[in-house]
Amino acid sequence: MSKSNPTDRLYSREHEWVKDNGDGTSIVGITDHAQEMLTDIVFVELPLIGKKVSKSEPMAVVESVKSVSDVYAPVSGEVLDVNLKLEETPELINQDAFGQGWIAKMRLSNAAELKTLLSAADYEQFVKEEKH
Amino acid sequence: MKKTPLYEKHVALNAKIIDFGGWAMPVQYSNVIDEHKATRNAAGLFDICHMGEIEVKGPQALDLLQLVLTRNLADQKIGQVKLSALLNEEGGIIDDLTVYKLDNNSYMLVTNATPKERDWQWIKAVSQDNGFNCSLKDISGTMGKLDLQGPLSEEILQKLTDANLQTLRFYHFCESQVAGIPAIISRSGYTGEDGFEIYAAANDMSNIWDKLMITGASLGIKPAGLGARDTLRLEGGMMLNGQDITETVSPLEVPYSWIVDINKEFIGKTALMTKKNSGFGHKLVGIEMTGRGIARHGYKVFHKKREIGIVTSGTFSPTLNKAIGLAFVDEACSAPDTIIAVAIRDTMAEAKIVKLPFYKREKR
Repeated sequence: MSKSNPTDRLYSREHEWVKDNGDGTSIVGITDHAQEMLTDIVFVELPLIGKKVSKSEPMAVVESVKSVSDVYAPVSGEVLDVNLKLEETPELINQDAFGQGWIAKMRLSNAAELKTLLSAADYEQFVKEEKH
Repeated sequence: MKKTPLYEKHVALNAKIIDFGGWAMPVQYSNVIDEHKATRNAAGLFDICHMGEIEVKGPQALDLLQLVLTRNLADQKIGQVKLSALLNEEGGIIDDLTVYKLDNNSYMLVTNATPKERDWQWIKAVSQDNGFNCSLKDISGTMGKLDLQGPLSEEILQKLTDANLQTLRFYHFCESQVAGIPAIISRSGYTGEDGFEIYAAANDMSNIWDKLMITGASLGIKPAGLGARDTLRLEGGMMLNGQDITETVSPLEVPYSWIVDINKEFIGKTALMTKKNSGFGHKLVGIEMTGRGIARHGYKVFHKKREIGIVTSGTFSPTLNKAIGLAFVDEACSAPDTIIAVAIRDTMAEAKIVKLPFYKREKR
């Protein structure tokens, strides 16, 4: 079973999460539900620092043994930092998708986009509906 | 989608089911790495009921097989299994299949799932056209197949059969029983590991599956899906029909020259020899990623910035902990240790050509 989705962040319909640091920067990752669907993650391609991404544009790639999946930018902005630990230990996403398995730190270019994202409760509902 | 007799078991085990050539098959139960490692270290149990079985019987059974298959079967002993290729007139591989010699004038062919119908029609037509005195029967619907693979397979299976498994050699089989059910036990497989392929009536599959799972529980047996089957076979340097080899590929441009006996006549030989003499130009080789990334099916391969080929299979190897694959490359750049590059999305990732297999088990 998936771990419960923390309420201190927002969620996209493509199964990414965004946590506002309160200083104009945000942390982005994929949800526990997403890692559970992907299963054994063996490779992560991180974005370049300084890269500007638009909402819903591919910004990283996660690969399991069998599959290659894009990670879409949940919001537009500039990549300030990336989780280099994922290059050596991509399984951190499986183990701790909401914490140690974070993917990038971003500066949002359009804070209004946050309103298009889902709360933890709405995301849970969305996942339930998607299963049917 | 077609379902095997074990479909309900897979659903009950919460397997992820995919469409594999029209069959609803389990791709994984827990995850691929777990199932892969269980097979390398203990035992994995695979539902292989989707594969085809064709019976060939009669005074001219061998004549027919010698004509349609590339391998010389004249010296095959009763109880021996031989891998062979079925070619079209152009020398392309219709299927790579195994031949079981059950008795003099009695054989069973075990085919891949997807080309089975094509194999059946092809062999039947050749038999009719030549007026061979033999009968053919497609028994795929009533025959089931389970693969028990891994170093502890013998220990598990021995608890359920009177057959002496210790003396059963690789690529040999016996007609015996498993848990009291009549079965063919073959020491062979598609994982690069020791193990058995077990054939019995489709109706008995569920019973044999349960007995093996219960008997193997304390030894660490796990059900394993097509995902692990794919990573295991690739580590073992084995090709996948329909992916690495297709009807436009001949056995001499892939690591299958050892199953072609050019000292006998077979369908496709003339075209094959013509192509061989003019040179194939490319060759299927093993590759190992030395740069970051995983080569996947369809990615392009480069040598000194020149495109030289394409990846046919690629994955992360759970045993070797690195990315490996098979690729068709220009023959001129196909020597082991040649440095190549694989185009992975926007980047060129370094790789090198290596000898097959990637993984070799310790001899028992």
